[in-house]
Amino acid sequence: MLELKGLTIRQDDFSLQADAQFGAGFTTLIGPSGGGKSTLLDTIAGFITPSAGQVFWNGENITGLAPAKRPVSILFQDNNLFPHLTITANLALALTMKRPTEQQRSVIDRALREVGLDGMGNRKPAELSGGQQGRAALARVLLQDRPLMLLDEPFAALGPALRAEMLALVARLAGQKGIAVIMVSHAPEDALRVAEETSVVADGRVTVPQPTASLFDDPPDSLRAYLGT
Amino acid sequence: MMGRSLVAGLLLSVSAQMVAAETPVLTVYAPDYFASEWGPGPGIEAAFEARCGCDLQYKTGELLPRILLEGERTEADVAIGFNTDITKKARDSGMFAPHGLDTSALTLPVDWNDDVFLPFNYGHTAFIYDNTKVENPPESFDALLNAPDDLRLVIQDPRSSISGLALVLWVQAVYGDKAEEVWTKLAPKIVTVTKGWSESYGLFTDGEADMVLSYTTSPAYHIVAEEDLTKSAAIFPEGHYFMVELAAKLAGTDNPELADQFMAFILTEEFQSMIPTSNWSLPAALPKEKWPEQFQQLPLPEKVLFYTEDEAAALRDTAIAAWRNALSQ
Amino acid sequence: MAQRAVAVIPALIVAGLVIGPVMAVIWRAGGLGALGAAEYSALWFTIWQAAVSAAISVLLAVPVARALSRRRFPGRGVLIALLGAPFILPTIVAVLGLLAVFGGNGLVNTLTGALGLPRMDIYGYHGVILAHVFFNLPLATRLILQGWLAIPAERFRLAASLDAPIGRVLERPMLARIAPGAFAVIFVICLTSFAVALTLGGGPKATTVELAIYQAFKFDFDLGKAATLALVQLALGIAAALVLLVLSPPGGFGTGLDRVIGRWGGQSRGARIMDAGWIALAALFLLTPLAMIVLAGLPGIVSLPSEVWSAALRSLWVALGATALTLALALPLATKLGELAGILGVAVSGLVLGTGLFLIVQPFVRPAEAALPVTLMVNALMALPFALRILRPELEATRADYGRLAQTLGISGWALWRIVLLPRLRRPLGFAAGLTAALSMGDLGVIALFADGEHATLPLQVYRLMGSYRMEAAQGAALLLLAMSLGLFWAMDRGGRANA
Repeated sequence: MLELKGLTIRQDDFSLQADAQFGAGFTTLIGPSGGGKSTLLDTIAGFITPSAGQVFWNGENITGLAPAKRPVSILFQDNNLFPHLTITANLALALTMKRPTEQQRSVIDRALREVGLDGMGNRKPAELSGGQQGRAALARVLLQDRPLMLLDEPFAALGPALRAEMLALVARLAGQKGIAVIMVSHAPEDALRVAEETSVVADGRVTVPQPTASLFDDPPDSLRAYLGT
Repeated sequence: MMGRSLVAGLLLSVSAQMVAAETPVLTVYAPDYFASEWGPGPGIEAAFEARCGCDLQYKTGELLPRILLEGERTEADVAIGFNTDITKKARDSGMFAPHGLDTSALTLPVDWNDDVFLPFNYGHTAFIYDNTKVENPPESFDALLNAPDDLRLVIQDPRSSISGLALVLWVQAVYGDKAEEVWTKLAPKIVTVTKGWSESYGLFTDGEADMVLSYTTSPAYHIVAEEDLTKSAAIFPEGHYFMVELAAKLAGTDNPELADQFMAFILTEEFQSMIPTSNWSLPAALPKEKWPEQFQQLPLPEKVLFYTEDEAAALRDTAIAAWRNALSQ
Repeated sequence: MAQRAVAVIPALIVAGLVIGPVMAVIWRAGGLGALGAAEYSALWFTIWQAAVSAAISVLLAVPVARALSRRRFPGRGVLIALLGAPFILPTIVAVLGLLAVFGGNGLVNTLTGALGLPRMDIYGYHGVILAHVFFNLPLATRLILQGWLAIPAERFRLAASLDAPIGRVLERPMLARIAPGAFAVIFVICLTSFAVALTLGGGPKATTVELAIYQAFKFDFDLGKAATLALVQLALGIAAALVLLVLSPPGGFGTGLDRVIGRWGGQSRGARIMDAGWIALAALFLLTPLAMIVLAGLPGIVSLPSEVWSAALRSLWVALGATALTLALALPLATKLGELAGILGVAVSGLVLGTGLFLIVQPFVRPAEAALPVTLMVNALMALPFALRILRPELEATRADYGRLAQTLGISGWALWRIVLLPRLRRPLGFAAGLTAALSMGDLGVIALFADGEHATLPLQVYRLMGSYRMEAAQGAALLLLAMSLGLFWAMDRGGRANA
């Protein structure tokens, strides 16, 4: 369980405050552009140091840990794969900085099968379609084997059908492996499709996550303004 | 078998190196041109090593600045290739010792009785031209001044080149107080001023200039090495400035005997007869009848102008100022 | 923090390598020397010619770069590569080539003579500037071309759809950003000009600070004055470098210049003819002297003395060593602070640097033994600013794009260089290596004080051949030098591009 205690993030004239807990399962952060969704994700991942407050994971304070030391994996909007490395080499980095062993190779091959990229390990990212690149990035994150997965709109560039398919795949695999997911989105239908809970990030605040369906049935003012209803 | 001969070979090469280490080394500082593959250095090295049983090694570069920078730590035993512009500074440094040689065998056109700096070759400043292209070469310095302005000259900077300095002293010696006027007359003919002799001569052979400031002996190179008779020196009755190159022994040398032996070698016929066709200048101690035939036939000036180092030191700044003022107009 | 330390240490090394020798010379001189009227006029001329040369280079580069950015024609890539050649040409070789075109007996005068037009005289201020423009127009063109290519095609499309004047809304702001930086780089390069001003300057009016330093050193052995002049030169270079950093042009001047941006505007007949004219003029101006060097050198190159070949081999090793050293310094130094430290390398007087190093080295080793290492090091220092200008923007872009991915995977330290940065930087590294190698081939460096007569480099052999009347062989050796410089540049630049 992720817990944000008295968290304050300040950047230039922007500030965001968060006091919230995120349980296991799939949570969406929704809100207007520039509202601070990605900033909050970067803080949880460890790329931004908060100016006050702490981040806890299962009761352990992880505020000062380097990104790679956190129980967190993340998919960015883009640049999720190194373009000069093959897919297999990219995935291997989740396991080792050295040449992967036979055993690690078979783990990588299994991950590729899980995301539907069987036999494509020798290709470079540029030789894959957008959807396939997303799948490869997802395989990388799964191999990192962290209990919390952050998604910073990684599939935003995909068409609606492909995006829905990818989200369903994430939700299924994360569910199987017991990985908690926090996803940034500004599409309510995405949240409704996969997220058990949703939190609104707007006006410098992060609301406590609530069941997605009931939230959209009776939106608070901040969400109402965003949805335009 | 293999192993044993390998060991023997190693031993041999080690002992060869030990022998080499015991051979005394004479370190001679020289200008870059002197020690280069195409200068007089290699021939002189071979000839001297044959008689001294030593190893002569050249170190090249800026001669006096390097020795002054090194001071007492210098490795030089002998330095060869000084010009008269820096003998005063070199002498005042106290780093050079008298050569102790009898200089009566010198065949220079001027009297020379310096007890530290020993001449090994000489020449005179002169303007060189292509006798197939310049139809009416000036026959005197005056005629050069009054030549039409489309006669293109290239000269060297007196602040960076010895021949350039010799030229301003030449003008000073011929014209005295009127030097600046003379330079004003020359200025429109001077295409450019280069840092050193090589650049000037390169421009001349590329056809960038009709006449280049060089030496009376320059045509000899073209005659001897290229069988090219088209290059001539313009000889002026007003006289030509004397250029001499000198050698000196370091006072702090570790090999005084070898250094003395080398200084004495300079005056030998063997050394002197190598000078004309490797240094392309006149030997300092060799009667004219022993020069190569082409050198004997070179037109040389009857009147030779020269300032002693004290006179030159006193005149230098004035002479350069006259040049700079006139050419900066 | 560690990243900072990684940059600070080489920055201190570079600053120490530059400032240490200058201090050694001042210490040996026992203080600074006073400057006279002649030195002040040399200083004035130096600043003036550097400013004018830089301004003209940048002004001419604008239409050439614009033409290259919007025209596609066969051989465009080769032309862009060849246009870069003058910048890496050894000065002495370039001057010979320029004279063959613009000299008294050169092509231009032959042509004007045949047409009965007045002769052109290259010697004088304009000769110095002509030569500097020849050297630096390629650099300015590359910098500005990069600026043009960095304007996204969408902006051109947007401007076209709004019917907005492209010049005012897109091109002028880009030039306002790029041109001052290009000016500053070229200004610093021209500050330390030596041989060019000497041969083409026409007389004592065109005395530069670097020449005044040589005279103070060689003629008067006035180390104090030489050191003072070197400090003045260094101060000017640092001032220009600060301006450069404030105006820091984003984007390097190396990679990705092969593509043409789909764009609107400039499609009229008049604009096409103008562009073709500019490209043709630039090619003619930059390539004709190269062709003349080749022609002049061919007769001599077949009968080169063996000493020239061994010198060529030695120069090759120096160039490769300098390249390795430059890259080793440039990678950690590719930051703003690092660029400031790096610019010291071109701003310092080579002669004073050499003298200072000599004073420092001499108590410990025999100078002749240090000759090649010192040449190598000085060449590396001189090339460092260019390597930094190429690498820094690319390195910063790579960090911006992939830094977080590397962090989340825990890739740091040497692994970050090995797995991410070096492979991503292959193209700019190849370009920087090629440029460094080519510059090091041609640089005469500071060997004058260290030489032992047996380890001459190729440029030194060119001078030696000239010094012993062997002009034809000298031109052959100059052609060899040109071929090796271009060959090294081509091979390394190419190596960076292969399979990238």
